Amino acid sequence: MNKLSAWERMEIIRNKLRPTVRDYIPIIFEEFFECHGDRLFGDDGAIMGGIASLSGIPVTVIAEVKGRNIDENKASNFAMPHPEGYRKALRLAKQAEKFHRPVICFIDTPGAFCGVEAEKRGQGEAIAKNIMEFMTLETPVISIVLGEGGSGGALALGVCDELAMLENSLYSVISPRGFASILWKDASREKEACEIMKITAEDLVRLGIAEKIIDEPPGGSHNDVHQTAENIAEYLYKVITQKSQIDIDVLLNERYTKYRKIGDFEE
Amino acid sequence: MLEDLFKLVKTRFNDEEADKEEPPKKSDIPSGLMFKCPRCGGVCFEEEFEKLNKVCPSCNYHSRLTAKERIAITADKESFFEFDGGMKSKNPIDFPKYLEKQEQLRSETNLNDAIVTGEASIRGMKCVIAVMDSRYMMASMGSVVGEKLSRAIEYATENSLPVIVFTASGGARMQEGTVSLMQMAKTSGAVARHSKKGLLYITVMTDPTTGGVTASFASLGDIIIAEPKVLIGFAGRRVIEGTIKQRLPDDFQSAEFMLQNGFVDMIIERKTMRRTIAHLLKLHNQKDRRTVNE
Repeated sequence: MNKLSAWERMEIIRNKLRPTVRDYIPIIFEEFFECHGDRLFGDDGAIMGGIASLSGIPVTVIAEVKGRNIDENKASNFAMPHPEGYRKALRLAKQAEKFHRPVICFIDTPGAFCGVEAEKRGQGEAIAKNIMEFMTLETPVISIVLGEGGSGGALALGVCDELAMLENSLYSVISPRGFASILWKDASREKEACEIMKITAEDLVRLGIAEKIIDEPPGGSHNDVHQTAENIAEYLYKVITQKSQIDIDVLLNERYTKYRKIGDFEE
Repeated sequence: MLEDLFKLVKTRFNDEEADKEEPPKKSDIPSGLMFKCPRCGGVCFEEEFEKLNKVCPSCNYHSRLTAKERIAITADKESFFEFDGGMKSKNPIDFPKYLEKQEQLRSETNLNDAIVTGEASIRGMKCVIAVMDSRYMMASMGSVVGEKLSRAIEYATENSLPVIVFTASGGARMQEGTVSLMQMAKTSGAVARHSKKGLLYITVMTDPTTGGVTASFASLGDIIIAEPKVLIGFAGRRVIEGTIKQRLPDDFQSAEFMLQNGFVDMIIERKTMRRTIAHLLKLHNQKDRRTVNE
């Protein structure tokens, strides 16, 4: 298999035919009951959540939703959540904790939405709270990056026991375009930024941020949605069975240590 | 996104006039003698400005302090004991010229990175203090900020001490790639453990508190204090203006805006900050409480 550049992967995940979580859910889970709302403000279409069954195991699913056409994208705000989306995610995660259900998060977002209402309702606070609460959530949490993992908007669903990435997915602190425009004052150098930023699944495994790379069919997941979904399901079943056997205090300690170790410094 | 944030800090409180204004004639004000407020344009003697702990006498803008200055006006005299002062970042994604840039900043600021942490006492009460210094890469959070802050909070957890963090930041340090993003998780994890032990965590948001720092430990205080008129927000103002295609009001993302929307507990002026923190520490004096309960 020849190795693709980060930019080539970017082109694959930007492909209009790239499957979204809506394509995967019916294949991965036998049942899925969507649950709406954060019980505080409203229901954010950018984040979908609910209760599902994974080969007989009850799980909670929380996902950032990319649209497959303009109507779906309008409804899901191009997968850019508002604070109420993150708060819905947290509500469902807490519910999962109560019923001892593992949580599965699917990450696929350009980032948290940047807007007046989002600021007024505390975008920063909503993300911060999720990060903190997921760190101590007393049930296994597995996160999978399906396409784009954009910044804090992704991390709000990304604090987990194991982070998996689809082979072509990318996970970055800011979009390559934003990176180029801030550091080089030239957004058109996006392609160059993409390589420099070290944002591929392989890079992130090397940096100790991701643990697992899930194979995609040659050319990308759009070439075989079923195969990709089966790869995800197989991984999920294995990792969830394994993590569910670990004593919760040990699991939380391992989760803490996983993030605690990330960093590059000298003394 | 972030670069825009800092351009506008200068003008956001007097936007229209500032836009019309001609570039300041530097020669009018002898350097080192006078202070010209970047917000209101008011001028005062540097001596007076220093005496007010760098608060503009005309508009009450609480301008940025260095970590050293902040500690001097917050902690009891000679009580501050620094942690991990020598820690330096490496170059996790081999970003071109990252290390060179830091060398230069080190000689300019006398800091090794953007945060100073340590143990101190305030009116005799022991606590852990962390102060971010915006002169160092706009106090962006990379490995060193994340590690030093996490260690300081862990120290406080082990020793049952309250933590006070003075936040100021442009957000995650992009030059460290996704590693910098993970510092948000690392620091918030340390806060979670400190909190589970029933210990007090106060954040003081100073100019500017934005991006990944707002979206992690800054917003997690049991008590969140802000200084008057400072910039607090998640996304950059211009990014938002670009999205909505209109100009935002001047006080958007100010301390006052955050208070009004319910994300800050109180706005406290610098001259009463130490007193306020001391009172809050006293009200949470855990040792006393435990003795009573036992």
